[in-house]
Amino acid sequence: MGKVVINSARCKGCGLCIEVCPKNVLVPSSKNNHLGIYVVEVKNKEECIGCSRCAIICPDAAIEVYR
Amino acid sequence: MKKVFGRTRTLRDTHTHYCPGCGHGIAHRLVAEVIDELGIRERTIGVAPIGCAVLAYYYWDLDICEAPHGRPPAVATGMKSVNPKNIVFTYQGDGDLAAIGFNETIHTANRGENITVIFINNAVYGMTGGQMAPTTLCGQVTATTPSGRNVKRYGHPIHVAELLANLPGVSFSSRVALSDIPNIMKTKQAIKKAFQVQMDGKGFSIVEILSPCPTYWRKTPVESLKFIKEKMVKTFPLGVFKECGKK
Amino acid sequence: MKSKAAKERKVLMCGNEVIGEAAVQAGCRHYFGYPITPQNELTAYMAKRMEEVGGVFLQSESELAAINMVLGASACGARAMTSSSSPGISLKQEGISYIAGMELPAVIVNVMRGGPGLGNISPSQSDYFQAVKGGGHGDYRIIVLAPSCSQELYDLTALAFDLADTYRNPVMILADGILGQMMEPVALRQINPKHVKKPWVLTGAKNRPGRRLCSLFLETGGLEKHNASLQEKYRRIKAKEVRCETYNISGAEVIAVAYGSSARLTKAAVKMAEERGIKAGYIKPITLWPFPEDVFIKEKDKNKKYLVVEMNEGQMVEDVERCVGDRKRVFFYGHAGGWIPQTEDIFKRIKKLA
Repeated sequence: MGKVVINSARCKGCGLCIEVCPKNVLVPSSKNNHLGIYVVEVKNKEECIGCSRCAIICPDAAIEVYR
Repeated sequence: MKKVFGRTRTLRDTHTHYCPGCGHGIAHRLVAEVIDELGIRERTIGVAPIGCAVLAYYYWDLDICEAPHGRPPAVATGMKSVNPKNIVFTYQGDGDLAAIGFNETIHTANRGENITVIFINNAVYGMTGGQMAPTTLCGQVTATTPSGRNVKRYGHPIHVAELLANLPGVSFSSRVALSDIPNIMKTKQAIKKAFQVQMDGKGFSIVEILSPCPTYWRKTPVESLKFIKEKMVKTFPLGVFKECGKK
Repeated sequence: MKSKAAKERKVLMCGNEVIGEAAVQAGCRHYFGYPITPQNELTAYMAKRMEEVGGVFLQSESELAAINMVLGASACGARAMTSSSSPGISLKQEGISYIAGMELPAVIVNVMRGGPGLGNISPSQSDYFQAVKGGGHGDYRIIVLAPSCSQELYDLTALAFDLADTYRNPVMILADGILGQMMEPVALRQINPKHVKKPWVLTGAKNRPGRRLCSLFLETGGLEKHNASLQEKYRRIKAKEVRCETYNISGAEVIAVAYGSSARLTKAAVKMAEERGIKAGYIKPITLWPFPEDVFIKEKDKNKKYLVVEMNEGQMVEDVERCVGDRKRVFFYGHAGGWIPQTEDIFKRIKKLA
């Protein structure tokens, strides 16, 4: 059981986190942030195992992981 | 639930100017994590380069200084000479380190200056618009090699980690990649090792990091990581090329 | 306790070594240099002396590296110096521009030789423009001190470190091959380095947020503001730091103007003229930047003529013309390429103008 928190103000929507997530927790969002960037959002939050892979690959340190 | 991953002390909570999927952000975070894990923030001084990472001093909460293009190793040499107890590191791109500043790089390494160099190899000049770098792959299309890097004209990409490993002053030389999770973890271990070498007073340490530049590789962030794994590492093999105590 | 006479005991030293000893006495413990004639005695002297005093001497791989080592050492709070001669100073200009932009103290010695290009190793004053008009890129100024004898090499080198620290600005000692190579007696007076607080120094961010030293200002209006603050500093320097030696300006019909080595020969020519009944005087700028403008501007007599003597094809003469405001009364005598003016010849020109 884990939880990811995405700081949408820092997210640039590169999608690397989506690619590395083993549980398909993350998806591209249709919402944009204050910079007009379509950010990543948490969809299947109950699936999250708190493995931190998304946070490790995030180039913008936009993800916090809880377990 | 407990927080198991987040920014560490040395990484400022701020927006960076890097493009989506750029490797600089990962490398910055790893450097910050290593500095915090080793507990050396309060005695560390960084030198930022000219290039995409020119604004690195806005992203690290460290004492940090700018250097003219290619000169960070000389600036670091001057800094270290004032207080050898300071941990001094440079953060440089391929144009900065291997083109305009190669003289400073080689001589600083050869003197065995007890500093750490974090070398970002993304095979292009990012800041100026994606021109050919000394590390551009053979045949790679850039702004100044529209038909691909021609080896007859420009020679082969320079292998910095291997070259420097030949110098007696170098105690640690390694090449790693930000291509996937295991390699990012290895990158962090290499950065940590490099700083430890300096803390032990063993001399010059360098970590060459293969890093994605989606914008000037004309690829998506995901394709860029694949490009490192499938193409870049064939030219630039990963590994530790030197690890020893300074004589 | 040593008597004053003992303290003032003179020693015979080569000019380049005098600069080195003054730097050591002024608390410089970080010297970075690269060989080039005619300043090599200074590099060698610093190599020896830094060992003796426990300082840092480093022969760099290039002039570029040397000036950037100075940048690094200065950023960490040290009194740092580099030296070179004309072609080497050209290479250092990049670093000097950064040091000026980052507002770091630094002392740079230029023992001038002939140019352009490789030129030759004869004494010259070929770098006046380069030294006082910027040299590198951007709107910046460096303080330029022009010694004319060994004693001034000593005193002005010590002053250079104080000025650099006070204003967080590069200071250049503009000497030439004659001064660097010549041996003459010099009093190695005790130097009391001015203690200037440096709250901007990089030490590692202990119990405080990180500090940055940079010359990059990307935010809107940021660079404009930075430049305005630099100009404000330059105005302060101009108001407080002009140094100049004058002789008989009010009584003279002909005023000779010269700095450095040519000033010595010019002074002798002025004396010769006086002995022959010619009303002559001289102006010897000691700071080339800030230039002693007021000495010229305040002179209201519109009949006075000025003879500018330089070991070049006419560089400082442009500043004299600017300050006198009447080109018809400003005359030039000089050549480039290793030429040294003879007292007799200067005298003849003074006589012709009188």
